[in-house]
Amino acid sequence: MPPPLIELVSIAKTYKTGKTEVPALQDINLEIEAGEVFGVIGPSGAGKSSLLRLINLLEKPTSGRLRADALELTALNPAGLRRWRRQVGMIFQHFNLLTSKTVAENVALPLRFAGIRRGPELRERVTELLARFDLSTLAQRYPAQLSGGQKQRVGIARALACRPKILLCDEPTSALDPQTTKAVLALLNAINREFGLTIVLITHEMDVIRQVCDRVAVLDGGRCVEVGPVAEVLLHPRHPATRRLVLESEKVDETEQGKDLAQSGGPIFRLTLRGEATYEPLLGSVAQAAGVDYSILSGRIDRIKGVPYGQLTLALVGGDLSTALAQFAERGVHVERLR
Amino acid sequence: MALWFRDIDWGQIAQATLETLQMLSGSLVFVVVLGLPLGIVLFLTGNGQRWAQPGVYRGLSLLVNVIRSMPFVILLILLIPVTVAITGTSLGVVGAIPPLVIAAAPFFARLVETALREVEPGLIEAALAMGASDAQLIMAVLLPEARRGLIAAVTVTSIALVSDAAMSGAIGGGGLGDLAIRYGYQRFQTNVMVVTVLLLLALVQTLQFIGDRLVVHFSRK
Repeated sequence: MPPPLIELVSIAKTYKTGKTEVPALQDINLEIEAGEVFGVIGPSGAGKSSLLRLINLLEKPTSGRLRADALELTALNPAGLRRWRRQVGMIFQHFNLLTSKTVAENVALPLRFAGIRRGPELRERVTELLARFDLSTLAQRYPAQLSGGQKQRVGIARALACRPKILLCDEPTSALDPQTTKAVLALLNAINREFGLTIVLITHEMDVIRQVCDRVAVLDGGRCVEVGPVAEVLLHPRHPATRRLVLESEKVDETEQGKDLAQSGGPIFRLTLRGEATYEPLLGSVAQAAGVDYSILSGRIDRIKGVPYGQLTLALVGGDLSTALAQFAERGVHVERLR
Repeated sequence: MALWFRDIDWGQIAQATLETLQMLSGSLVFVVVLGLPLGIVLFLTGNGQRWAQPGVYRGLSLLVNVIRSMPFVILLILLIPVTVAITGTSLGVVGAIPPLVIAAAPFFARLVETALREVEPGLIEAALAMGASDAQLIMAVLLPEARRGLIAAVTVTSIALVSDAAMSGAIGGGGLGDLAIRYGYQRFQTNVMVVTVLLLLALVQTLQFIGDRLVVHFSRK
């Protein structure tokens, strides 16, 4: 396996306000692989924003090691730091486009900062970027004349101007309506594949993680409490903070769910199906074979980065329980006993 | 009415108006050249900014406040030796410019600092994330984004300069203020006083009008 592109080793970050020190991040150890979409989720104040800004050193870690692409980032001098930042694009929740510059000028800005001043080279690259992100007709507009989705497309085009290896996304869809959110997330997926770009994204919405990320880290109170493939973390959350975020995104009320479970007799199981198995006829045949009856307490079918999954909570009544469980296992269903 | 204005020397009024305009434009150039960098340094050394340096910021801030709290008439007299050292004279248009610049540059710098603080911090962050150097940050982001505030700052400063320039007439600075004091006050020629005041009013109105139009022209919001 190739070495990780970005490596954070026992990183801590504290802010000083007056005499008191406020810890924002503690003991963070993460490895981000080249080409993956890595999500960081957590409630507000969990330290997501600080974590993201460590990667382009807008925030300096108080302690710990920060390596990327064989560079020791904390040891960079100012010129080296500027060079590194040109390899790391960044997009923002509120877009942060310069209001005094047109769309084309905004997109050209990182190129100018990088010292590309010669007309043809600059113009060619800007034209190419505007065309790729459907902005050609908006080239001479000012940001104030654009919709939120258009602004974020300009933000993405600008972030990719210098052909970076890494794209940092700071709550990229939190200021957008659901439909535009979908479009922007699809675009992030597309550029991830198209340019082999590594994306690090922070969000407080599990749905965003579900739609674009390959792996996810859960932050809570400045600590990384869980990290793994999105399907793993979402379908089998281990830490209470993760469970809370998952339930929240499924619009499930934990106490009400508890009441529902308490009302039904018999043992309760949660079945998780992934991929094509999601569509297989399953319950009827297993029930018949094992002679058990079942009642569905809750259920959900959704997709993680395009791959379908289903999760069912069942109460199984009567019959041969062990046969039923064996049958489920045989069909690749993950079964978890809740009660 | 015509009788009342009979003894006014219009040639002299025209000469004085021209002198006032020279004092205004001459000092404004130096005020911007000195005050803009000072304002940028004030902003950047301020709390939480790029070059945050509490000591430097407090020192500059104190200097600015000391000069700004000094009545201009007093400053004029205090600065006479400095003015003579720079220009060789403390009289006339040339002699008026150094004290005008020294009085107005800190005022302008403070307005520049305030205008720069209005720039969205996210834009500064975005520029740094793009790998901007400090010079690029200032030239490509801070100044263009604060353009409207900066134009308003120039407008307000130039109006303050008109008033200060008139005051410099008190110690022989020339211009409309000089005329108003010598003829209007010391020789009791109220009509000369009225004409100079009307001219000053017209000048201030014109400056404000131009400033407002420029602000509107550069609005992108």
